[in-house]
Amino acid sequence: MYGFLGQNGAGKSTTIRMLLGLIYPDAGSIKIQGQVFNNSHRYLLSHIGAIIERPDMYGYLSGWDNLRMFAKLSGGNIPHSRLHHVLEIVGLTGREKDKVRAYSQGMKQRLGIAIAMVHSPDLLILDEPTNGLDPQGIAEMRQLIQHLSKDHGKTILISSHLLYEIEQIATRMLIIHKGTKMAEGLVTDLLRPEETLVEVHIRPNETIAGVLQATEWQQYIKSADSTQLVLKMSPELMPVLNQWLVGQGVQVTELKSRHSLEAYFLSLTNDIAHVKA
Amino acid sequence: MILPMLRLELYKIFRRPRTYISFGIITAIILVIQLAMLADGKSFIAFALQGMGEQFDIQGNILNGYLITYIILQSLLIHIPLLVALVGGDALAGEANAGTLRLLLTKPASRTRWVLVKFTATIIYSFAMLLWLAVVGLFCSLLMFGDGDMVNMKSDAFVILLKNDIMWRYFCAFAFAALAMAAVAALSILLSVFADNSIGPIIGTMGVIVVLTIFSNLGLPLFDTIKPYLLTTHMIGWKGFFDDPVPYTSIGWSAFALLMYIIGLLGITIFVFNRKDIKS
Repeated sequence: MYGFLGQNGAGKSTTIRMLLGLIYPDAGSIKIQGQVFNNSHRYLLSHIGAIIERPDMYGYLSGWDNLRMFAKLSGGNIPHSRLHHVLEIVGLTGREKDKVRAYSQGMKQRLGIAIAMVHSPDLLILDEPTNGLDPQGIAEMRQLIQHLSKDHGKTILISSHLLYEIEQIATRMLIIHKGTKMAEGLVTDLLRPEETLVEVHIRPNETIAGVLQATEWQQYIKSADSTQLVLKMSPELMPVLNQWLVGQGVQVTELKSRHSLEAYFLSLTNDIAHVKA
Repeated sequence: MILPMLRLELYKIFRRPRTYISFGIITAIILVIQLAMLADGKSFIAFALQGMGEQFDIQGNILNGYLITYIILQSLLIHIPLLVALVGGDALAGEANAGTLRLLLTKPASRTRWVLVKFTATIIYSFAMLLWLAVVGLFCSLLMFGDGDMVNMKSDAFVILLKNDIMWRYFCAFAFAALAMAAVAALSILLSVFADNSIGPIIGTMGVIVVLTIFSNLGLPLFDTIKPYLLTTHMIGWKGFFDDPVPYTSIGWSAFALLMYIIGLLGITIFVFNRKDIKS
């Protein structure tokens, strides 16, 4: 399971569209399974299943008709038993005769996955598969993706702007920011718990940012203003920081370890330009 | 692969309720004309033949099914291309708007193939519509008004066609109309490539047809030089089959021009679509 992480607008969907031949790269080439995409795109597409952004389908057709139609377009003679099987995997058995326009967003996502995997592709590309889902739908989708990876042995490329989502299901991940690769490797290596971003909310204090910069805390500061401080440091230092702030007469209203993609980006960029004295 | 793709396209077209609106519109227009002719056709004929009665003694069933069908065909000159554009304009832009285009294009089929499949599906739909027009227009008119010799009332002449010399002309006229509609389909699919919703290509196609029809019909010398090359000039080539003698050279030239239009428009469509980034 390969996580493809980036904030909204980072270029994840554009990259995925390039991988699938929907958008042409200005420069460079794309290789999948060792083959240059442009030279063998029909062969490669027959071995890839994908959902790109929303799983849009023909609303006036039933789920079964949509699945059958895209199965035929995927090449090969896919038997009906396979269609029933994938419907069972995604949990849509019994609802396949309903028109897709009557499906919930979660059902559409699941049908999208059924369509993506109906031809038994080697690689599944899922672009933000939990977008638009309610919390229960997100949990179900996560379970389904894990099930596909572990029990059906699929290689899955999953994109998301949510770090915790990738953290929970991916083994490796790639992070992009503004179209540039920022990091790539094992999730466990990239998300080092010994270094996290600590967010401190305080009652308005115009001098604290400047005071901080003149102390040992200066090395940890990522950004600071009169109401919020962000520091990159070990979580173990959090109580010490709290004590120090209280000792400086600062009223701390909230102190937390920020575990988000935005925070992770901040820690990667190591940019202290945001610090406001 | 192309046949399964075509079958699926046709399945989608004919499973969509709005597809049948076109058939309903054609039926409604034809019925209105037929009923109007039933109610007041004789005075229409008298008006059309005024002045002629003083020089000729015209007898027999002038207001017959053949004449009514000819009137219907002329009335539907603008409407049928609109109905073709409803499907052709939707072919790629509708998929882009619905978000299904990106899913289709991630399947192992080339974009060129998709354009050809969409075009073929649109012309099959257009042929079905023309067939329906033939059934409701020609056969129902013959049932309602009977047959007889047909008086083709042109602006500068009357052409009288014997009743046993007409049916083949209609077959040829419908075949020619099918070619003309294929050209409209090619135009609408070309416009469809540039848009991400189908309204633009549909209105665009109609706009082009209306403007070119005006150019074709205006008697201004300014347009005389471009008239022989306009799509709309050749789209009405079917009328030649109701002349006597039939101007085969002119009809053949029009058919060739339409064919060139189809090839040219499809070629541009394929060229553009193969280079288009799909962002919808």
